[in-house]
Parts: sequence; structure tokens; C-alpha cells
Amino acid sequence: MWELFSNFFRIGLFTIGGGYAMIPLIEAKVVDEKRWLEREELLDLIAVAQSCPGIFAINIGIFIGYKLKGLKGAIVTTLGTALPSFLIILAIALCFQQFRDNIYVERIFRGIRPAVVALIAAPVFKMARMAKISRYNVWIPVIATLLIWMMGVSPIYVILVAGIGGYIYGQVNDGKL
Amino acid sequence: MLALFILLFLTFFQIGLFGFGGGYAMISMIQGEVVNHYHWMSNGQFTDIVAISQMTPGPIGINSATYVGYTALTNAGHAWYWGVLGSAIATFAVVLPSLILMIIISRFLMAYKHHPIVEHVFSWLRPAVVGLLAAASLCLMTEENFSTPSQCPWQFWISVGLFLFAFVSTTVYKMNPIRVICLCGVAGLLLM
Repeated sequence: MWELFSNFFRIGLFTIGGGYAMIPLIEAKVVDEKRWLEREELLDLIAVAQSCPGIFAINIGIFIGYKLKGLKGAIVTTLGTALPSFLIILAIALCFQQFRDNIYVERIFRGIRPAVVALIAAPVFKMARMAKISRYNVWIPVIATLLIWMMGVSPIYVILVAGIGGYIYGQVNDGKL
Repeated sequence: MLALFILLFLTFFQIGLFGFGGGYAMISMIQGEVVNHYHWMSNGQFTDIVAISQMTPGPIGINSATYVGYTALTNAGHAWYWGVLGSAIATFAVVLPSLILMIIISRFLMAYKHHPIVEHVFSWLRPAVVGLLAAASLCLMTEENFSTPSQCPWQFWISVGLFLFAFVSTTVYKMNPIRVICLCGVAGLLLM
């Protein structure tokens, strides 16, 4: 149990820049070194964790923990993955407020902010390829973008409606409705 | 204050529950709720969180929940220890749906992954997630993050330049995002 915690603590600690960065880490630890999972199982697990809501890294941890030790294992891996970021961000939040108004910090962040907006924009096109967007379904992301950006609709509703829409469209296509 | 704790919990539980498509899609949801809906913090403060999340280890969802939990309380004028409690509540709330759902889903979804209904739902969900990502970046292209040509042309054009630099260097040249953020921070310090 401790082994499970310490390994996922380490994975949480070294994942910089989002969930996808942690896949090679998990592969090396969980598949090659500890042999907790087969490589094929890990691939299936990635697909499931991606298609489930929530944080990708946490989802993977929960799945492996549950598979190995049941509910207790799932809680242990969740704690292990989440704790490093929680502690680090808390420390930063406690200090950052005090020197956010410092002129040099303010300048650094003036430079960083446009870069962050670009980093969020960058994966859009990569994701578009992965989501198999064609001229038949390109209206879905366009309308989703406009609803959120122009109309201020909460993304949560967009996700809900898209899921229901896909279900109904599938039923109609199969001639069940 | 109790109301704020409850709202934080419900908001982040909701975000954890509907947060499809990984960290960046989640950012769009967190921004929608925390900045646009509840006004717990400004757009600029929110962008700072994303920047800090990029530079520190851990999933962005956890990082922003922790940070928002703290900042929402301190922005409302409460002491730092209440901020720490806010952090803990938001972080717990954002992982709780995963914990519940993944355990249920890991039992069933593997068996039904190729069921037509599941495939149909995802055939619209995946493109919608792309729209979420696009909206997240468009919503952050604000005066606060870029300034404006009339208000401060110097800062505006440098911001546009840094935006293009960051976009091209990460997409075309596959530069490490952490390095890009550090370089833009140095540029900001020297130029603005």
C-alpha cells in the first residue's frame, strides 16, 4: 500500500504540463518496473481515462489502484497523485499574493500571460485531428466555441447537450427514432 | 463564509463531473464558473493560475482547484487559514466525481466500449471538446492580458508578438512549454 502511494506521489510530482506528460512515467514505473499492468491494459486504460470526465492523471491512478487493491487502493493512488500539486500550489498561493503587486513580478507576468493564452490555443488543432473533425461535423466545435465565447454559455451545458445530441443522432441514424 | 465553502465544493464537484477532454478543456469550465459566473477572481488572476500550473508539477485541474480555493477566500477578505481550508475543499471536490465514476466505469465501460450508444455519444462529445479549447483561449484574449492598441500600444504589440512566438514555437518547433513561459517572462521583465 505504501509502495502504491509513494510511486503515485512521485508520478504526481514529476508530471509537468498536464496529464499526457505522465503516460511515459506510468509506463516505465507501472508496466516495466512493477509489472502491475500489461502494456495492452495500459493502452485500454488510457482510452477509458480519456473518455471519462475528470482529471486524466487522477483517473489513471484510480483505475490502477482499484485494480490492485480495491477501494482502498483507489483512495491511496488518488491521494498520492493529488498531494504533490496540492502542497506546492498552496505554498505558492500563500506567498504569491504578497508579491503579485511587486513591479518586477507584474512585468514578468505581463510577458507570460499572452504566452499562456497561446499555449491553450496551440492544442486546438492537434485535438481537432484526434477528434476526426471533417466538413460534416465541423459545425459542432464552431457552435460550441461561439456559444461559450460570444453568448457566455457554461461549457458544462455544451458538453451535456453535445452528448445527448450525439446519442439522439445515433438513434435516428439507426432508424430507432 | 460557509456559503462560499459550499459553493466552492459544488462548483468543483461539477467541474470534476463534467470535465471531459483533459486539463485545457477543464480550464475553460473553471474560467466559466470562477471568473464569469461567480466573479471569485479577475481574468488576469485566472491567467496567472494557468501560468503557475504550467510551471509546477501536477495535473492542471488539481493545481487550479487548489489555487482557486485559496484565492476565492482571500479575495473575499478572509484570513489565509480559511484560504487553506478553501483549497482543501476545492481539491477534494474536483477529484471526488472521478473517484466515484472511475470505479463504476472501470467495471462497465471496458465491456461496453464499442457499444453503438457509447460510440454515438462520443462522436459528438469529442468535436465539442475541441470547441471548448478554442473558446478557452478566445475568452482569455482580453484587455487585461494583452492591453489594447489605444491604451498602451507598446504593451499590446509586444503581447501579440509573445503570443505568436509562443504559439509557433510550441506547435511548429515543439519547444517545451515551460521554457516558452520562462522566455516570455524574461521578455516581459525587460520590455514592459
